[in-house]
Amino acid sequence: MRTSLLFKNLMRGPMTETAPAPGDQALAELAGRVDRAALARLGRSLAIREVDAGSCNACELEIHALNNAFYDLERFGLRFVASPRHADVLLVTGPVTKNMREALERTHAATPGPKWVVAVGNCAVDGGIFAGSYAVTGGVDKVVPVDLHIRGCPPTPTDLLKGLLALLERPQK
Amino acid sequence: MAALTDIANKGRSVAARPWPRTVVTRGAWQLAVQYLVDAGATMLGLWGDTGAVHLALLEEPSGEIGVVTLECPDGKFLSVAARHPAANRLERAISSLYGLKPVGAPDTRPWLDLGFWGVTEPLGRAKKSRVQARAYEFLPVEGENLHQIPVGPVHAGIIEPGHFRFTANGEAVARLEQRLGYVHKGIESLMAGADLDTGAQLAGRTSGDSTVAYALAFAQAVEAALGTDVPPRAIWLRALMAELERMANHFGDIGAICNDASFSMIYAECGILRERTLRAAQACFGHRLMMDRIVPGGVAEDIAPGGETAVRQLLEAVRGRFPELIAIYDNTASLQDRTVATGYLSPTLARSFGAGGYVGRASGRAFDARKAVAYAPYDQLDFEVPVRDDGDVNARLWIRVREVEQSMRLIDQILERLPKGTLRAKLGKPNGVREGVGLTEGFRGDVLVAVRLGPDGAIERCHLRDPSWFQWPLLEAAIEGNIVADFPLCNKSFNCSYSGHDL
Repeated sequence: MRTSLLFKNLMRGPMTETAPAPGDQALAELAGRVDRAALARLGRSLAIREVDAGSCNACELEIHALNNAFYDLERFGLRFVASPRHADVLLVTGPVTKNMREALERTHAATPGPKWVVAVGNCAVDGGIFAGSYAVTGGVDKVVPVDLHIRGCPPTPTDLLKGLLALLERPQK
Repeated sequence: MAALTDIANKGRSVAARPWPRTVVTRGAWQLAVQYLVDAGATMLGLWGDTGAVHLALLEEPSGEIGVVTLECPDGKFLSVAARHPAANRLERAISSLYGLKPVGAPDTRPWLDLGFWGVTEPLGRAKKSRVQARAYEFLPVEGENLHQIPVGPVHAGIIEPGHFRFTANGEAVARLEQRLGYVHKGIESLMAGADLDTGAQLAGRTSGDSTVAYALAFAQAVEAALGTDVPPRAIWLRALMAELERMANHFGDIGAICNDASFSMIYAECGILRERTLRAAQACFGHRLMMDRIVPGGVAEDIAPGGETAVRQLLEAVRGRFPELIAIYDNTASLQDRTVATGYLSPTLARSFGAGGYVGRASGRAFDARKAVAYAPYDQLDFEVPVRDDGDVNARLWIRVREVEQSMRLIDQILERLPKGTLRAKLGKPNGVREGVGLTEGFRGDVLVAVRLGPDGAIERCHLRDPSWFQWPLLEAAIEGNIVADFPLCNKSFNCSYSGHDL
C-alpha cells in the first residue's frame, strides 16, 4: 500500500503552483514605510510568528493553508517559527480583544528588531464586524505599529502570499 | 415520568419554536437539575438573560428537547453546577457577563472576564471598572515532586490563544487546568439590537471553522421564531455546504493529529485533500469557507455553474486517495503507538457532559443533531452515525474517518436529488416578541443558537453555544496521567474552538 502511494507521488511531480506576483496594494503600502536598513538586515528570508489576537479562527485556517503543497510558503524563504524571539515578522489576526492586548504587546516586545508587523483580516484593520464591542480594542494598530495590512474575511492563501511576497521586494529606486 | 412533561407541568408555558419553553419555580428548577444528575436529561445549554437564566434540556432516552427558564429578580439562581459539574463554566460565564449569581456554586471564580474590559457584568448592569489583570487562583495541587508548566495564551504554533496550567509529576500530567476567554469579542452584546443580516454575519464569525454550522443554526432559530418556510432547494444547498465544511475540517484534523505524532506524510496528504475541498466550495459558492452564504430565509446565492462538477471531481479525488492514506495510518505501528490508549475519555464523563461530535461519539455517546433533530434534508437522506467506545485519540481519529465517508455518501445523494426552485423566502413580520431555537450538527458537534426577536424584527437576545463548552473540560480529564509530550496529540484530537467558546 505504502509503496504504491509513495510511488505515485514520485511519478506525479510537485503539486506546488506558480506564485502570484506581489500585491500592488501591499507594495504601495510598504513603499513609504519599510526602511532600507531593515531590508538589508532581514534579507530575503523571513521568520514569521503568527499571533491570534481574537480572530474567529478563519484567518488561522487560511494561514495554515500556506504550508500545504499548493502554496508551499517555505520555497520563498518564509517560514513560521514557534517563538517571537526567533521572528522577523509578526502576523497578527483578529480585532485585538482587550483580553489579548497585553499578550500582543509582550509578544511584540519579545520580537527582536528590526521587525515588521502584518495585520491579517478585515477585523485586524479596524475591528471589522466586532468594532464597538466592550471587549475589543478595534484593530492591530491600536496596540502595535503595523507595516502592512492584508484584507479579507478571511484573506485567501493567495491574498496572503501576495502580501507576504511584497515584504521581500526591494523598493524601486 | 418523562423529564420535560414532568417539569412543564410545574411551570408556565411561553410561546417558543420549535421547542417549548417553560418558566418554572425554584422547585421545578431543582427537579430539572435532578433529571440531569439522574441522567434522565442532558444539558444542551445554560445561558443568562435579563433577570433570568435558561436551561436547554435533551430528554433521555426520548430525544425530546425543551427549554426551562428560571426568573431571578433578586439576581440569584440555584446553582446547577452544585450537583452537575458540566454546568460549572457556563454558570461562571453567566455570573461574569450578567451578574446573576449561582447560589451554592462550587466555583465562584470569574470566567471569560480577565479584568481588561473596563466594565464588569457587561450584559447586565455594565458597571465601569478599572482595567487591571484580574488575579486568578488556580486550583491547588499538593504533593511531592510536582512542578507546574504554564503555557499560553500565545502558543507555539498557528493556534488560537488560551492558557493551560499543567501540574506534572515527572513526565505524567497530574492536573491540567485551562483558563480561557482571551478571544472574547463580546459577540452576544453586538447581537443585541442588531438586524438579522448583521446577526447572521456575527453568527458566521463565532467560530470560523464552523461558519456554515453557525449560520445555519442562526437561520434555523430565526426561521423558527418567524415561522418561515425555507425553499427546498435552499435547504439542500445548506446541507451540501455543511457536509463540505465537515469534510474540510476532518481532513485538517486527521492530518494535524498525525503531524503531532511526527508523521508528516499524512499531514501533507490531508492538507491536499482539505485544499481540494475548499476549492470545490469556492467553485460552488464563491467563498472557500462558505461564509455568509446561509442567510435567514434561505441561501444568499445559488450553486455556481460548474459547482456540481467540481464537487463530483472532489469526491472522486478523495475516493482515489483517502482509503490508501487511512490504510497507512492503520498499518503504521509507530503512529498507532502514539494514538492508541492515549487521552482516554470515559463514556460516563462524555454522557454526563453531553459531549457532542467526535469527542462524544468516540466515547459511546451517539448523539448527532442530524439524526436526533432530523432537520431537513437529513430526514430524507440515508447515512449512519459512527460510534465507538474506546475513547482514545485513535477512536476520535477513526470517527472522523468514518464521518468523511458518510459525508461523501450524503453529498452523492444531495447532488442526485437537489430540488429546483427558489432560494430565499421572505421573512415575515414578528408582530410581537418571537423566540426560536436552532440546533445543527457542525463538524465539532452540535451548535445551539437561541434568539429572541423584538416587535421591530431586531434581535433582542441571541445566545450561541459552541460544542466546545462541553468538550474543553473533558480534555482536562482525558489528559490526566498521560505524559506532557502527548498533550498536543490529545488537544488536537479534541480540537476545541477557543473563539466559539470565548465568543
